[in-house]
Amino acid sequence: MDLNYTDEQKAFRDEVRSYLAEKLPARLVEKVRLGKTLTKQDHEEWHAILNERGWLAGNWPKTFGGAGWDAVQRHIFEDEMTRAAAPRIVPFGLGMLGPVLQKFGSKAQQDHYLPRILSGDDWWCQGYSEPGAGSDLASVRTTAERDGDDYIVNGQKTWTTLGQHANMIFCLVRTSKEGKPQEGISFLLIDMNSPGVKVRPIVLIDGEPEVNEVFFDDVRVPVENRVGEENKGWTYAKYLLTHERTNIAGVGFANAGLENLKRIARLERANGRPLIENPHFAARIARVEIDLMAMSTTNLRVVSKAAAGQAPGAESSMLKIKGTVIRQEINALTRSAVGPYAMPFASEALEDGSNLGPVGPDYAETATAQYLNNRKLSIFGGSNEIQRAIISKAILEL
Amino acid sequence: MNFELTEERQMLQDGLRRYLRESYTPTLRAELAESDHGYAQNVWSGLAEMGVIGALFDEEIGGFAGSGFDIAVVFEELGRVGAVDPLIDTAILGGGLIAALGNEAQKQIIEAVIDGSIQLAFAHGEPSSRYDLSRIEATATRHGDEFILNGRKAVVINAPAADHIVVSARTSGDAADRDGISLFLVSASNPGMTLRSYPLVSGCQAAELLLEDVRLGSDALLGGEGGAFEAITHTQARATLAISAEALGLMESIRELTNDYLKTRKQFGKPIGKFQALQHRMADVLIEIEQARSAVINLAGHIDAPAEIREKHVSATKNLIGNVAKLVTEESIQMHGGIGMTDEYELGHLAKRLIMVDHRFGDAIYHLERFIALAVA
Repeated sequence: MDLNYTDEQKAFRDEVRSYLAEKLPARLVEKVRLGKTLTKQDHEEWHAILNERGWLAGNWPKTFGGAGWDAVQRHIFEDEMTRAAAPRIVPFGLGMLGPVLQKFGSKAQQDHYLPRILSGDDWWCQGYSEPGAGSDLASVRTTAERDGDDYIVNGQKTWTTLGQHANMIFCLVRTSKEGKPQEGISFLLIDMNSPGVKVRPIVLIDGEPEVNEVFFDDVRVPVENRVGEENKGWTYAKYLLTHERTNIAGVGFANAGLENLKRIARLERANGRPLIENPHFAARIARVEIDLMAMSTTNLRVVSKAAAGQAPGAESSMLKIKGTVIRQEINALTRSAVGPYAMPFASEALEDGSNLGPVGPDYAETATAQYLNNRKLSIFGGSNEIQRAIISKAILEL
Repeated sequence: MNFELTEERQMLQDGLRRYLRESYTPTLRAELAESDHGYAQNVWSGLAEMGVIGALFDEEIGGFAGSGFDIAVVFEELGRVGAVDPLIDTAILGGGLIAALGNEAQKQIIEAVIDGSIQLAFAHGEPSSRYDLSRIEATATRHGDEFILNGRKAVVINAPAADHIVVSARTSGDAADRDGISLFLVSASNPGMTLRSYPLVSGCQAAELLLEDVRLGSDALLGGEGGAFEAITHTQARATLAISAEALGLMESIRELTNDYLKTRKQFGKPIGKFQALQHRMADVLIEIEQARSAVINLAGHIDAPAEIREKHVSATKNLIGNVAKLVTEESIQMHGGIGMTDEYELGHLAKRLIMVDHRFGDAIYHLERFIALAVA
């Protein structure tokens, strides 16, 4: 048992750290630190910088233009990214679709789409959930009917994160009503500029239009845009979800959030003393920090198993539950820490180019918005209830 | 022992519930988001006509009720619809302080408050005072017959709509002293007052108030010089009761919405309310809301008790309300799933209002400590 990185891993960490120190634009750091909404251009700018160094797709093999890192290296990279307050890598093309195409896509699909993901020519979004198919994903009802060399797609997807920026969407669609619901699903790549695709933003409780509804009305999709075999989409969807679940614990985000919380608690005063010296508040911070210390190691245990080639199974579900609960508690404490200045609604302040200064301290401005927004963590990507069901089935055999 | 409402209060509750259900339509909420002051003038006038504002004042001053249970009935109903009307600010805080401390001339204002024609706000908290009632750094200096006020007041709710603002300032003593705090009744148009207005997460409006050489005649002084702390504490106790009762109403509506959703939303071929994992959690939510109801009753029943007993109940109730509010908000969003995250669905506004309750008049941690100091130590 050795909790330390090897010398090679340490050297890699230092290399990442100094690259970030040199290349990460201060303007983006400022926005991330204050919890402001990043624009499409912000994301693209940062992706391009990482791509130049060959670090945009850490999880992709080198043959596809990725960095080919193992699980420990990916963990180190993600850890350094959050430590430096870098914008997160938008995961839909890089983390989700890329691995699916590499494993199940045709040569033509790989040659066409993978380079465009790296270059930023395509911005992908995820068409999984539907109004009637959330936790119960297998009940998707969007249909794709064969018509010559095309499918005709009809239906609706929802909770499509950053779909407003996307030109491409990967979708689960129903191609057969025979057998079990899982057996009639196919995996389609759809150009969002096709006639019949409509995107409607959904404003969330923090006031931001982060997610969308996507409507399909007789949308023609060439059969060559199907990934793998017809009616085998569920297999590919599940494979994608295991990739969605790497870094699911969000240890880096939790660490950054905890540091921010402590900084605020040192600046805020209660009864004339720094809030961090208030024993009741300090105890709440301590509890979450102790939990986070243990979870970081749970995460590393899973990471090193993965690096040794063992695919994480139900462990991901444990990490997802623990990780989201910890992050949400940090958000709740941050909201509490800023006191009455949690009350102003700072929608405009989240956007670029607002010339009004914050109403209270700058660190208070987005505390409530982030608290509200991160209630989603325990809902999306398989709600925590679904994760518990997976644990009871897969590990406890109940 | 009798936990039934009196006939008068039952009538007040029934009438108010009907009125608010009819007034707070989904279109109204959309209009309010665009309005100048965050609330609807016609709804406010209706409340006045029904006698709802008068029910918050006692007969001596021209009202007809004003006890703890009247406050509880009114604010629970406001909470049920997620009402944003600034009744706490105009009636309980501003009106309450004038009723408690005002001279005959100042008390004339109460009539206009009760008939719904004017709005008030209470400018007390400051950027660094957090929830501490005595941490006042704004100053009022006497120059002959005048007071000159300087300082900054934070998150003054309803200030943008207020005709008069009750402003606290220190006439003597150090920042955290209880003695030396004075109150002034100031016209909103008084020179030297600058407002920076903004909307709140909970849906109404507030402002940062900058006081720069605000010159006031000595007739602006509300109550004795330097001795306002006890009245501020008692008034805040009544406001804490009001917001706790409002929180209870919000919790009840949120629970109903969530309950309905559990019965109608189907996943895996059945309503999600058939899953025991959710049933048990919903049962816990129900139990905690009953605890919240009892905590509101406790405070309502002791609101005019001697200060040491009253304040113990203030902190016990507000601590419990803060904790239950967090549970109810978070569980209701979680059990709704994605739809609970949207601004469009009714839950969003109610949940935001409920979670913001903890940021006014002291949060759960503040009142836990205060309770320890008052009751345990």
